[in-house]
Amino acid sequence: MVRTGRRGLTRTTVLGAILVLFGISLSVVALAWIDPAASAALGVATLGRVNLSVRTSLAIIGFLCCLGGAPAFPPKLHRFARFTLVPAALLAVLAMLIAAASGRSLDLVGVMKASLRMSTPIALGVLAGIWCERSAVINIAIEGMMLSSAAFGFGFFLWSGNIWLGVLAAILTGGVMALLHAVLSITFKTDQIISGTAINILAVGASGFLRRAYLVKAYFVGETLPIVRIPFLSKIPVIGTLFFEHQPIVYCMIILLIATHIILFYTRWGLRTRAVGEHPLAADTVGINVIRTRYINVIIGGLIAGLAGAWFSLETVGSFEDLMTRGKGFIALAAMIFGNWNPFGGFLGSLLFASADAIQIKLEIIGVTIPPQFFDMTPYIVTMIVLAGLIGRTTPPAADGKPYEKQ
Amino acid sequence: MPAESGEKGPGPARRFIIAWTRGVSVFFVPVLAVFTALLIGAVVIWTSGHDVLAAYRGLIEGSLGSPRAIAETLVLLTPYTLAGLAVALGFRCGLFNIGAEGQFYIGALFSVIVGFGLHGLPAYVHLPLAMLAGAFGGALWGAIPGLLKAKIGAHEVINTIMMNYIGVRIVEYLVKNQLLDPTSSLDRTRYILPTAELPRLIPGFRLHAGFILALIAVFVVFWLLWKTTTGFEIRSVGANPTAAKAAGMSITKNFVLAMTFSGLLAGLAGTGEVLGLNHNLPAAFVSGYGFDSIAIALIAKSHPFGVMPAAFLWGALRNGAGLMQVRAGISVDLINIIQALVIMFVAADEIIRWLYRLKPKEEITEVVFTRGWGH
Repeated sequence: MVRTGRRGLTRTTVLGAILVLFGISLSVVALAWIDPAASAALGVATLGRVNLSVRTSLAIIGFLCCLGGAPAFPPKLHRFARFTLVPAALLAVLAMLIAAASGRSLDLVGVMKASLRMSTPIALGVLAGIWCERSAVINIAIEGMMLSSAAFGFGFFLWSGNIWLGVLAAILTGGVMALLHAVLSITFKTDQIISGTAINILAVGASGFLRRAYLVKAYFVGETLPIVRIPFLSKIPVIGTLFFEHQPIVYCMIILLIATHIILFYTRWGLRTRAVGEHPLAADTVGINVIRTRYINVIIGGLIAGLAGAWFSLETVGSFEDLMTRGKGFIALAAMIFGNWNPFGGFLGSLLFASADAIQIKLEIIGVTIPPQFFDMTPYIVTMIVLAGLIGRTTPPAADGKPYEKQ
Repeated sequence: MPAESGEKGPGPARRFIIAWTRGVSVFFVPVLAVFTALLIGAVVIWTSGHDVLAAYRGLIEGSLGSPRAIAETLVLLTPYTLAGLAVALGFRCGLFNIGAEGQFYIGALFSVIVGFGLHGLPAYVHLPLAMLAGAFGGALWGAIPGLLKAKIGAHEVINTIMMNYIGVRIVEYLVKNQLLDPTSSLDRTRYILPTAELPRLIPGFRLHAGFILALIAVFVVFWLLWKTTTGFEIRSVGANPTAAKAAGMSITKNFVLAMTFSGLLAGLAGTGEVLGLNHNLPAAFVSGYGFDSIAIALIAKSHPFGVMPAAFLWGALRNGAGLMQVRAGISVDLINIIQALVIMFVAADEIIRWLYRLKPKEEITEVVFTRGWGH
């Protein structure tokens, strides 16, 4: 995938240039302007805390970023650039954290744990997207599926009194919305992006209607799904708190991640799905029922999106607010493209986008005031940048978006 | 189906009836789609225990029942027309511009800044300048996703949606901070100078000159698309990019042009609201015009002359929703539901054709809306 000998302005060169410039300016700013006495304390959960001199650490990181970006320039070193750019970018993020935490103490493990937690809805959205798109049905209605599931799941919880039934209701709502999308896209062969948009609008209307008609009258419940600590594993020093001390849907996400990967690439169903997505005509000739496969996959995707909706209202907030999904469904699509339509790649993408949110929250907690709108914007800007950098390097399923006519 | 040689085709009278049915059915489908959606809306109202007749009576009275109501409907029609034109123009080039919302906001932002920022200018300079600023803002916000699509192939659906969120946040931040009017208890910008205001058309009503602007825009867009070479290229790229490219047209150039013009129109929609209606830009500038304009463009089959009636319908629905809420206690979200249903029925018109047993479509030049992830 790396083209040796490619001349001119490539993406690697641009990224390398950005890193080098960033590194230089960082070091200069650090050495010239930052108070030598300023220090930030970075904690690693129970292991302890490290007091860093902001000035020195930023200067060092600046230098390392330059080093990391440099291999992008001479063509012979392009091969190494691939390995140095990513760590350098991570260091840049670390630098921003240190700068923001100056004079205060920031728990790194806390940031990572929050990132994992907040990546759950996006990762679930990615999985939902993968199930649909791998069988060649574009699904931009993930946002709408999440929103309506959040609303109806919460509503059912209020009505039944049982939060787990609420989760079930949310999952089923996602499935129903997906069924609608499937009918419109597969049977009526509507343009899939338009039917997806219609479902998003329907979700806004239906969830808002439900909220004003029924949910507002209920008391603010505030009950959320309990945190489940896995018996032995959660006692392990750092990894324990990071991975084994979460609410149920986070665990579901990880399980579904692995399950999707296994099913998609190691089972017959997955093979059929991918065949339908790449070359439906060939699949049909071999005897696979293209329409039925697509229907089932889209509905499964909807069920997963429904679980994501439950995360919003039942696991995180404890009630339903208008438009509470706030574009996470669309970010999930970007993460899916980032991951090249693979579950683990998409998960990495969701972590990327979620960490912007997580960092903002943790910084707010320790008292750093950045205008909320700026941090709010970050996931969306990052999405655009990442997307711009990746198109052309990613391959969607070949038949993505084309309705299938039974021959 | 072409008649075989040697057989006589249908006689002239028959041909006329066929053509008329086909033409009418093109027109019928959107109307029936709206009707069916309203019907389902009635079912929703009924199942949630409210009075259906009172609701719909309120809807009609609120939108058309008095001169004030009609004026208010026309007030809503103005931004809907402009935003609908924006989306329709995008569709004609095969681009799905969901970013009308963000372009609307940024256009409003630019126009309000020029509106209160420039002093000492006579009205005939200040007003056009403010409108130009708004148009420029919208065009800028549309050009960015357009460029990304043209140069890199990044799909405009996600990028325009992201730009919406970003645009809204930028406007919110600026209005609450740099542009804030300290004398007001609401979070809003200062009022624009009187020289930048779009004049009211009828004293006593809120209908403003933006309505005229929208009317002009309809004709301009029609002229652009069907009477200029640029418009021809845009439509060709939309209908069949491969053929267009083979004919020597630049796909990238037309993508960027279409998205820029589209953004410009949406920006003008926001400009009209600021310069004609509110005369300032509030932080809680609720619009939602983004999704509405998609429905309008779809009902209008992406044709400029269809946009205004569709926008009128939508304005009537939105305007009447307020009275409907008062009369029958329904929340305005019902309109969102109806809206979504209309989009579904119009886009999947096979449902409507099947429901009402209309003749199936035959090779009518269909506007291709979008093409997957753009690869």
